[in-house]
Amino acid sequence: MPEWIVPALLTIITASTPLVFAAVGEVVVEKSGVLNLGVEGMMITGAVVAFGVGVTTGNATLAIVSGALGGAAIAFIFGFLTLYLLSNQVATGLALTIFGLGFSALLGHGFVGKTFPGLPGLEIPFISDIPILGPLLFGHDILVYGSVISAALVTYVLNKTRTGLLIRAVGENHHAAHSIGYSVNKIRMACVLFGGAMAGLGGAYLSLVYTPLWAENMTAGRGWIALALVVFASWKAWRAFFGAYLFGGITIIQLHAQGFGLEVAPQFLSMLPYLATVVVLVLISRDSTRASINAPACLGRSFHASG
Amino acid sequence: MTDQTPRLELQGITKAYPGVIANNNVSLKIMPGEIHALLGENGAGKSTLVKFIYGVQKADSGSLKWEGQEMVIQNPNAARKLGIGMVFQHFSLFDAMTVEENIAIGISKELAAGDLNQRIRDVSQQYGLPLDPNRYVHTLSVGERQRIEVVRCLLQDPKLLIMDEPTSVLTPQEVDELFKTLRRLSEEGVSILYISHKLQEIKDLCHVATIMRMGEVVDDCIPSEESPRSMAEMMMGDSLVSPEKPGKAAPGDPHLVVRDLSLKSSHQHGVDLKNINLEVRQGEVVGIAGIAGNGQIELMEVLSGEMLVEDASSVMIGKDAVGKSGPSIRRNAGLGFVPEERLGHGTVPEMSLWENAFLSGARTMNLTSNGFIDIRGSVKYALDVVAEFNVKTPGVEHAANSLSGGNLQKFIFGREILQNPGVIVALQPTWGVDAGSAAFIRQSLLDLAAKGAAVLVISQDLEELFEVSDQMAVICEGELSPTRPAEEFTVEAIGLLMAGIVGEEEAAHA
Repeated sequence: MPEWIVPALLTIITASTPLVFAAVGEVVVEKSGVLNLGVEGMMITGAVVAFGVGVTTGNATLAIVSGALGGAAIAFIFGFLTLYLLSNQVATGLALTIFGLGFSALLGHGFVGKTFPGLPGLEIPFISDIPILGPLLFGHDILVYGSVISAALVTYVLNKTRTGLLIRAVGENHHAAHSIGYSVNKIRMACVLFGGAMAGLGGAYLSLVYTPLWAENMTAGRGWIALALVVFASWKAWRAFFGAYLFGGITIIQLHAQGFGLEVAPQFLSMLPYLATVVVLVLISRDSTRASINAPACLGRSFHASG
Repeated sequence: MTDQTPRLELQGITKAYPGVIANNNVSLKIMPGEIHALLGENGAGKSTLVKFIYGVQKADSGSLKWEGQEMVIQNPNAARKLGIGMVFQHFSLFDAMTVEENIAIGISKELAAGDLNQRIRDVSQQYGLPLDPNRYVHTLSVGERQRIEVVRCLLQDPKLLIMDEPTSVLTPQEVDELFKTLRRLSEEGVSILYISHKLQEIKDLCHVATIMRMGEVVDDCIPSEESPRSMAEMMMGDSLVSPEKPGKAAPGDPHLVVRDLSLKSSHQHGVDLKNINLEVRQGEVVGIAGIAGNGQIELMEVLSGEMLVEDASSVMIGKDAVGKSGPSIRRNAGLGFVPEERLGHGTVPEMSLWENAFLSGARTMNLTSNGFIDIRGSVKYALDVVAEFNVKTPGVEHAANSLSGGNLQKFIFGREILQNPGVIVALQPTWGVDAGSAAFIRQSLLDLAAKGAAVLVISQDLEELFEVSDQMAVICEGELSPTRPAEEFTVEAIGLLMAGIVGEEEAAHA
């Protein structure tokens, strides 16, 4: 086996983890019937807050938590505007992305050029030394494991628990959920905050681990890929997880392909995730019954109790 | 019964919305085991009252006593804890979930725990409401969907069951089954608050009726001692004029003809049309009965031109083969149509009445000049509709969605009829329309036929069909039975055909 394989696979894990966080979070948000296009803005806010706190305090845990809170805070603005003031979700989400990019640049101004030591890996003696499998499965930082666990947990909660049933219910038919007696907007707000925190974690991973420094626009469209992934995964968290790894893989292959001197335009490879999403969208709409089971029927529609 | 504590007692309930008093000083008493009808036209305040009882809405003033104890029901969860269950008119179901999930979500956490699946089977068997907990809701018929709601209520051992228009979507046989269940519940001591437009059903089922008009209780009665007509008059506060068939002229030539028409439905859970043959002659009303979701929407689309077919001659209006032509060409050929959905299909909800009048009558009423809208002409046309069809509205510049269901439907009918169509097709023409407006609409259909138009009414309201039709047919799973004179059908026979239980021949002898 060529020597470069293991390091390449490791970089795929690093490239995919932020996507997993953001996409799994957005699955929950969209399942509750809210379309938050501000993932990019929430990610970059999480990135700058986590980095700022990390560099200032030197405390990695505090940095991670602040990153999540930063994402959730900006998601709260979105939730308040769209759920309680009934602003248009698409326009507000886009504004959130633009706002997040600008705001993070402002916050991060003083941190440009600084570096963060990164997160410690969880090494297990002997087991981590097993060739190939050892380095692949062990020795990662806590966020990588967190992303895997979150995908599994969200899948379980959405499908097997009453909480998940409620989330799907408000996304499926908010009037019915209301008339049965659930508070549609409270449930949705909780989901929006969760999605914000997850996007924030994704951002924190970028600025603390992936490239442990702060640069403006460092999310570089990953929020959009995460949004595309949700549709690609037809609103299933576990599919979003594998989708994230697929797209993370494509990103890395693209880098390595260049290293090997393969004549594929890098622009073409960066385009693949979006192209794949379009293909999936077409496939989904061809088979209307399948889409109806997965796509939340109230996606993007504001709820008002009197309506 | 009178010496018992009432299960529910309302006193002086008042609820005002901006500009409307929905409930004014409403008082109501329901005894244990009583089936109590709440009667009233649309907008009489029944829904508001029921929402208050179920804790969905707060009242401005008034008190509620549950089994003799005064209390405030904060939300539906509290209502359910007390033992109040509700079956909604527009089902509160989630299509993409299973029956079991739908039931779990509508009951308390404690109740949903454990072997819910088995309990659903038990209850549904016990009360004769067959239901498979593992099916997805979108694969079920409307009748089955209603059973989910009923079973959901029954699992909670209700003391009071509220049913909002439960039979409007059921076949006569399904109604009988439902009534059996309700009577049995009543014998077990469950009180039932029953809201319906269908007066014959109330007469058959209910012990007591409270009649509401304009937000107030105007009368009480014992339904079994009244006639449907007398109850309708109490509801309206006016005498009811039943539609009368004007003097019968011999029907003319076939004017709307459908030949060997088959079509794949474009809807997700739609029904394919199978080899439909139909003839509507001039001066004749043909009624098509059927439970909603058996191809009516598809048939309407094919007739209005929203869906096109391969063979132009499979839909003929007079001598024009229009099967491949869109709605405007068919309008020019003299077709008028009234779709089921008033807002969003029959009208653009946010646009004013005159704009909506223009949209449908632009060509036939000649409302454009050199490509510009003839605003004055359109407004006059809309005003004519309002005047001739007795539409209650402050003015034609008001948006379509500001009108009540009955008024808007009268407006839509007026708009179509004033265009003087040779053929008119109407789907569920009086669905959710108050009795007065419904009678008015049926009368105008009969008048139109008397003037020589071919009229096709597709409806699931059998009373309506028997009132207006000369010829009748039944649509079931996309197949249309041959038309026969309406006199040859009985309600029972139609019911069996609607349910697809028997073929044409057997039904004729049923």
